[in-house]
Amino acid sequence: MARQKIRKLNQEDKKTLLRVLRYIRQYRHLVLLSLLLSALSVVMSLYIPVLIGRAVDRMVGKGEVDFRALFGILRLMLFFIFASALSQWLMNHINNIVSYHVVEDIRTKLFSRIQCLPLSYLDSHPAGDTVSRVITDIDQFSQGLLLGFSQLFTGLLTILETLIFLFFIDIRIALLVVFLTPLSFLAASFIAKSSYRLFRHQSELRGEITAYTNEMLGNLKVVKAFSRERESTERFSEINQKLSGYSMRATFFSSLVNPATRFINALVYALVGMTGAVFSIQGTLTVGELSAALSYATQYTKPFNDITAVITELQNALASASRVFELMDEPGILPDPKDAEQLPEARGEVGISHVFFSYDKTKTLLQDLTVRIKPGETAAIVGPTGCGKSTLINLLMRFYEVDRGSIEVDRRDIRHITRESLRNNFGMVLQETWLKSASIRDNIAYGKKDASEEEIIEAAKKAHCDSFIRKMEKGYDTVLGEDGGSLSQGQKQLLCIARLMLRLPPMLILDEATSSIDTRTELHIQHAFDRMMQGRTAFIVAHRLSTIRNADLILVMKEGNIIEKGRHEELLQKGGFYKKLYESQFDS
Amino acid sequence: MKRLFGYLKHHKLITVLAPLFKCLEACFELFVPLVIAGMIDRGIRRGNISYVLRMGGVLLLLALIGLSCSLFAQYFSAKAAAYVGQNLRNDLFCHIHSLGYPEIDALGSSTLITRMSSDINQIEAGVNMVLRLFMRSPFIVFGAWIMAFRISLRAALVFTAAIPLLSLVVFGILLLTMPRYRAVQRQLDRIMKSTRENLLGARVIRAFNREESEEKDFQRENDLLTEMQVQVGRISALLNPVTLTLIDLAVACLLYLGARLVNRGELFQGDIVALTNYMSQILAELIKLANLIILMSRAYASLGRVNEIFLQPSENEGYSEEEGQLLLKEKRGKEEELLKRLRKDEVFLAFHRVSFRYSKEAENVLTEISLEIKKGETIGIIGGTGAGKSSLVNLIPRFYDVSSGFIALLGRDIREIPLEELRLRIGVVPQRSVLFSGTLRENMCWGKKDATDEEIREALRIAQALPFVEEKGEGLSLLIEQEGRNLSGGQRQRLCIARALLRRPEILILDDSASALDFATDAALRSALREYSKDSAVFLISQRVASVRNSDRILVLEDGHMAGLGKHDLLFRESPVYREICLSQLSREEAEE
Repeated sequence: MARQKIRKLNQEDKKTLLRVLRYIRQYRHLVLLSLLLSALSVVMSLYIPVLIGRAVDRMVGKGEVDFRALFGILRLMLFFIFASALSQWLMNHINNIVSYHVVEDIRTKLFSRIQCLPLSYLDSHPAGDTVSRVITDIDQFSQGLLLGFSQLFTGLLTILETLIFLFFIDIRIALLVVFLTPLSFLAASFIAKSSYRLFRHQSELRGEITAYTNEMLGNLKVVKAFSRERESTERFSEINQKLSGYSMRATFFSSLVNPATRFINALVYALVGMTGAVFSIQGTLTVGELSAALSYATQYTKPFNDITAVITELQNALASASRVFELMDEPGILPDPKDAEQLPEARGEVGISHVFFSYDKTKTLLQDLTVRIKPGETAAIVGPTGCGKSTLINLLMRFYEVDRGSIEVDRRDIRHITRESLRNNFGMVLQETWLKSASIRDNIAYGKKDASEEEIIEAAKKAHCDSFIRKMEKGYDTVLGEDGGSLSQGQKQLLCIARLMLRLPPMLILDEATSSIDTRTELHIQHAFDRMMQGRTAFIVAHRLSTIRNADLILVMKEGNIIEKGRHEELLQKGGFYKKLYESQFDS
Repeated sequence: MKRLFGYLKHHKLITVLAPLFKCLEACFELFVPLVIAGMIDRGIRRGNISYVLRMGGVLLLLALIGLSCSLFAQYFSAKAAAYVGQNLRNDLFCHIHSLGYPEIDALGSSTLITRMSSDINQIEAGVNMVLRLFMRSPFIVFGAWIMAFRISLRAALVFTAAIPLLSLVVFGILLLTMPRYRAVQRQLDRIMKSTRENLLGARVIRAFNREESEEKDFQRENDLLTEMQVQVGRISALLNPVTLTLIDLAVACLLYLGARLVNRGELFQGDIVALTNYMSQILAELIKLANLIILMSRAYASLGRVNEIFLQPSENEGYSEEEGQLLLKEKRGKEEELLKRLRKDEVFLAFHRVSFRYSKEAENVLTEISLEIKKGETIGIIGGTGAGKSSLVNLIPRFYDVSSGFIALLGRDIREIPLEELRLRIGVVPQRSVLFSGTLRENMCWGKKDATDEEIREALRIAQALPFVEEKGEGLSLLIEQEGRNLSGGQRQRLCIARALLRRPEILILDDSASALDFATDAALRSALREYSKDSAVFLISQRVASVRNSDRILVLEDGHMAGLGKHDLLFRESPVYREICLSQLSREEAEE
């Protein structure tokens, strides 16, 4: 691609580079060995043209071949051939091992880092971005930095070595080569500069066409429903027409680099051949030396081209590395304090006192929230969207931490309990159903690894999913695809409920747990829920008011505050916001 | 492949010229060692400086001609590739738009998108490289071989042995590594998927305290990847050293053989230099060829994937041809009589014993649905998840075709009506509210191409969207982001409804499209709709009893069967399924009100 201007390393880049080196540190012996091997292989393979030249000099003409000397040279050549091949292979192999292992180390470390990132980070950063850091960026950076370094090293060494050999052969030819090669850089950078604008246009148009394709094909059904096929394809072919023009020119210009450098190479070759031949006639250069000089002249430009390519790649790699480290440096959640207690089996008393919280610190959300829920009680939270229903759950589970005030379970501040034991006491079903791409069995047993087959089936039956699971070809062994694969939203929700049924902790959180299940099935599940909730403290968020009528305590939230609380009948009698909400449901 | 050649046929000249010029360039490159040999043998040996300079001039000339040849070649191949890319893109996009819902379901939109973008890019790059290199590399390899023959029959034998051996190594390694690299790619995809899954499931994973086991799973997959990478790396690391060794060995042989020939006076020094030069040219080209083959195999795989889409049949464009009509008549058999009656009685829309399944092997989603609808009637459809509500209404615009029975619009089987005509009579508000990037006005014009601002305002008003649009203060020029991301779910739904209303459809389908509205807005919407749709048939799907209870008739579906049809009161008394649904949402008093 376009070779942009090579920019100098700045302070930031240097820091990144140092950090990368730290990861390589444990492989430093291998890296040293690889550098040594690469030096060896370069020296030896570059020596071969000299040997060929010498051999050529041993065969001057008819009856003038010095076979003994020739055999000596050939033997030496064989040794160099095998030795350089061996060291080259070993070097390649070692480079592979180092780079793949560094990638693995960083990737694993990054993954465990993600496990302790606060949910506020995960909620506010698109998953695709994080994924591309873990996958693409790390790959880019290993390709660029590790392999790039080794290529850079070999390239520089080759240039140096070639120059030394050339100078030994003939200083005049060496100088000729040294002065002519910059031409090829000039040509390459000239082409890159003039095609840069084309490339930018091309990538802009590519972006435009991709976005358009995404939008139209992603919603193809709607396009067809409105019979907009013609308009859609017309607009596409317009963009496509433009793209095609630019991409033709961009491809053409970028493909000029090779012929141009080849041409300059041929130029150098011709000049070296010509001058060499003249020197040879004058008797200052043998034919063998000329042939060695010629083969150096062809080889000489190649590492230069490689190095320019490597340097662009190095810059990309540095950018990738800094993206990787950025994620690595994200502050994680505070570890549990040393004196954090275990909460073995909670009775289920929950106290929320004077809690202030908001996601965006410039806006207010929960303000001075105080509620007390007795063990075994069911608390239903209702209110319009965005009123803070789910927020309460985020705080209870310590996905987020309160800004002020405190939450207590069994009269102990949850910040003084280990997160693990706190979460062990909560069972949760959320509106967004998340299932692992594993078998149905593993999914149901997600909360209880050692569950027996009977327990799993029992839980599935309670959640009304046994029958549809059995209808599947492989039953409980069916492996789910990404995001639940072909299951319907309702079925996924049922599986999430089964997952909870298997492991029933003393406190439950049901956040729109049945929103995608039709009301009749829900009714059946409700019985199971009722049994499940007996003796357990439960928090229910629902927008279907019918599901919350029986709660012990209804909390009506609006704009981050609890504006009403009480039982269903009490609230209806009160004639406030709840009554309005409730009645609008049946108004027609 | 055929399709590709079809495109290239239109640009025959450049398609042929590109590789031709490449070969010309290669030809000139092949002359270079000969010229050098001449320089050494005639110039140096005889001390002829002017000959040397002349030959130097020839070299420069060759370089210049080579450059201009390759410029032409690059230009032609870039042009041909861009042409192929453009046409392929247009045709594929067009073809995708002609696919029916069943095909769209089967393929999935993300597949379609990658085929449209990265696959076609890959093919474009492939065409470009093939035109440039596919002829050139073999040409140089064989050219060098033939040149060697010209110099010396005996020395050429070394080439005859070296070329197949080298090819064997290069292509053997290629063959060994390619499937392994593909496996590595698959493993990387797995890791990517599990990372994404982990991010999306952070809450559940933490709630179940499974962080550590997730890490272990990840580590295992990651280990496997590294192992696979190192393994394939070990093989591909062989490529350079082995080929170099082979070439150098061949050169050593040449030197030995050459020395004997020189000694006998059959060859000169210059010939030896030329021979060794040819040998190294071969290596460079074989490696290029190997890279090209990797690229080609990728492009070929992409081509296969693109073709897969082209092979999908286009949507049934009605049964407009006579044969189709006959077939249709046969299929309906005696029911022609019924159609006549429907025409006579001016029944607006009729379902007659309609059954439907998504594929031949699948079970029926709808079974024997019969229903006649008058103009101005509102039909509420209610039923559990998977009862077939959406499937039923999707049959009306022929997104899917009935499996048996028929649907008739004014006594005409809808399969006899051209698709576009049929769909223009229908306004659909899909379950998922989709808007497109652009202004509000542009979005509204999807419903009616030449809608005036007045009409749009009216539609917005009925859809209860006018208040929030006015609140934003930008009127109809309000910019809507992709997928309508700058609007709330309820706002999007209302705009989608307005869009469908704009064309004043004879049939309006609302597929659970008020689910994100609060109850008050929902009610206001329904009463406004009633006014607006006096002359249309309205299908109203909902999970809420409250939304459908005031419909003229309610169709209750259970497992694809009709489980009741009639007014709310009647159904509540007579349909056990409906009663159960009602009681799950309302108290007895409310339901009986």
